[in-house]
Amino acid sequence: MSSATETMKTKKSESKETTTQSQVRVKANTSISGSVAVLEALVAEGVTDFFGYPGGAIMPIYDALYDYNDQLNHILVRHEQGGIHAAQGYARTSGKVGVVFATSGPGATNLVTGLADAQIDSTPVVCITGQVFAHLLGTDAFQETDVINITTPVTKWNYQVTDASEIPAALAKAFYIAKTGRPGPVLIDITKNAQVQKFDYQGYKPCTHIRSYRPKPIVRKEYIQQAAALINKAEKPFVLLGQGVILGKAEKEFKAFIEKAGLPTAATVLGLSALPTDHSLNVGMLGMHGNYAPNVLTNECDVLIAVGMRFDDRVTGRLDKYAKQAKVIHLDIDPAEIDKNVQATVPVWGDCKETLPLLTALIEKKEHKEWLNKFRTMLVEEEDAVIKDELHPTCEIMTMGEVLNVLNGFTNGSAVIVTDVGQHQMVACRYAKFDKTRSNVTSGGLGTMGFALPAAIGAKFGAKDRTVVAIIGDGGFQMTLQELGTIMQFDVDVKIIILNNHFLGMVRQWQQLFHDKRYSFVNITSPDFVTVAKGYGIAGKSIAKREDLKSSLQEMLEHKGSYLLEIMVGKENNVFPMVPQGCGVAEIRLK
Amino acid sequence: MKQEFTITVYTENHIGLLNRIAIMFSRRKINIESLNTSPSEVEGIHRFTIVINEVEEVVKKLVRQIEKQVEVLKAYYNNNEEIVWQELALYKVSTDKVIEDVKVERLLRQYGARAVVIRKDYTVFETSGHREEINKLTEVLGPLGLIEFVRSARVAIINASSGFYEKLREFEEEKPGTDIVENEFLDKQDEVFSM
Repeated sequence: MSSATETMKTKKSESKETTTQSQVRVKANTSISGSVAVLEALVAEGVTDFFGYPGGAIMPIYDALYDYNDQLNHILVRHEQGGIHAAQGYARTSGKVGVVFATSGPGATNLVTGLADAQIDSTPVVCITGQVFAHLLGTDAFQETDVINITTPVTKWNYQVTDASEIPAALAKAFYIAKTGRPGPVLIDITKNAQVQKFDYQGYKPCTHIRSYRPKPIVRKEYIQQAAALINKAEKPFVLLGQGVILGKAEKEFKAFIEKAGLPTAATVLGLSALPTDHSLNVGMLGMHGNYAPNVLTNECDVLIAVGMRFDDRVTGRLDKYAKQAKVIHLDIDPAEIDKNVQATVPVWGDCKETLPLLTALIEKKEHKEWLNKFRTMLVEEEDAVIKDELHPTCEIMTMGEVLNVLNGFTNGSAVIVTDVGQHQMVACRYAKFDKTRSNVTSGGLGTMGFALPAAIGAKFGAKDRTVVAIIGDGGFQMTLQELGTIMQFDVDVKIIILNNHFLGMVRQWQQLFHDKRYSFVNITSPDFVTVAKGYGIAGKSIAKREDLKSSLQEMLEHKGSYLLEIMVGKENNVFPMVPQGCGVAEIRLK
Repeated sequence: MKQEFTITVYTENHIGLLNRIAIMFSRRKINIESLNTSPSEVEGIHRFTIVINEVEEVVKKLVRQIEKQVEVLKAYYNNNEEIVWQELALYKVSTDKVIEDVKVERLLRQYGARAVVIRKDYTVFETSGHREEINKLTEVLGPLGLIEFVRSARVAIINASSGFYEKLREFEEEKPGTDIVENEFLDKQDEVFSM
């Protein structure tokens, strides 16, 4: 057998889409170790690429992995946080469950940020952590942490395995829970004795039912009828598109729904790309830095149809000033979301892949030209006040928006855009063109700086034939830049754009607007990013002049393999429009 | 307005679930007044009885979040009019005092307390009832030589409940649930369509 690293490096991009039980190696009624059972479960679940970092308490599993290299492509990250963000990126672009391995103690605690991120953004991830021997639990053994209790609030489900025979069923449950209903992260903690213990393997049976867990309700026809009647009567209907449409793989159903009744649609940050940017009914992005019209007209519509979104405070602004005039139809798979923030007139509880076609069948064909025109008119206002200057600036120094605009010219909406958190994220979400679903990978709910670089690695493994562009700020990049090592070792083809404004820009913007320009610790110095990249064998370039922008982006995109492009942008530019905190959506500021 | 609510949760018997449920309260900075876990009418199904002081709006949302947990089968909330409930208390009193002081004996009799253990040096009485009754007895016994006192969590029966057998059968079937998100507008066409 060739060395493990060699196999890992040479084996790339063979896509093993659908898995059959035939790929499973071990027959039922054989005696195998818990570790082998873990890997058999991954194979049976169709896992092809996953991420991880070895350590003492998970060594038996890594030992078994040595023999599974041809079936399971393990990507060695540089930090467990990078591992779980990569698994998230993978899940977001592939629509499959992301998987990450980590050892006990610090390995496991390093997963917590990613778990919280996956929990709030409903990303299906299965984490497998090693744990000390069962007889050492609670003794403060080396690298022992109470991982189950630490991760309880940030997992959809977690479970500690102390006996090898529990492994097949525990993992089957883990995958089932992670991907069904409202998806989320699951953590399985396996003690070392269970990893080495041999047991009588009965084969792997995927989980299809847990009696205490009901991911899908029966759709109530009454509510569908009420919702349809409301939409048919509406003169100013307005649709809010959330990530639920992507998670439910219901993009087609959604499009058919809005097209039939000519419903203007705006997306949440995580809902972006489910509907092509240039679709005639797409009126832009919602929220604090969303577009002007959808924010203002939220408070003017008569029927608000929310599909797979949760009325986050960054979307609603002040709740007591949010869409008070409107009847609200809320489609969601999670009953706890209904009435949580905004009272629904008609709650349509269910999987939107099921509920949307039912609704589409009952609504009348319509166009709301006048109402749609109102969005268009207000877009012109926004263009004059904000967008023109952002995309075609007259000042000497480049803007973030202009970078996105030129980038769109090359990708034409076909690329996966991975963003970090901050000004560049909002600008990218506002201006990036999306033509294909699952193209916007960003940390929405948790706002995790440092997300983008590792997530881009995962995003690439999840969509191997697509261009992946990571757009990152100078601050966020420095939080997880160690993952350049992963990019180097596994030849991951990600294009990295650092939008460098020498500031922690979003915090600076708030300090300027709301704290009397008292710039408290937002001035951040950076290393020479190009030299750093060079150290990792990654090609790169830094530019500060407009005339270099187009050619540099082209060079980056045409470069074979990963590339880092640092672009110097205006130091004190602000992202507008903006709904200031504590204000209603209609109080959105254009400057 | 804040009032007492009793939350009843039917769950699987799973290690760690108590923590998963408890942190849902602490995350929202809600104090748990009393918490009891016990078997339920159905074998293998656990029953949590949790008492909190909150406004109904918060309780309603909280119960939905609890029910969302994978190992939770069903969660209900009820106000005090909708349940029958009891708490149990134990009192340790000096036996000499009980013999000497008629007042003590009369009090214990009045509150329906029963002797559990009688020893030369002390006697343990038990009583059950609503918290106010137990509190009152504790109060009056205090100055008369109450050595030790302990009170259990509330246990409660829901008046309108027909038990969990039926529900569980439904849960065991491999098909979507029939539960609904109740809404004040359901089947009230007129109120929805007066636009």
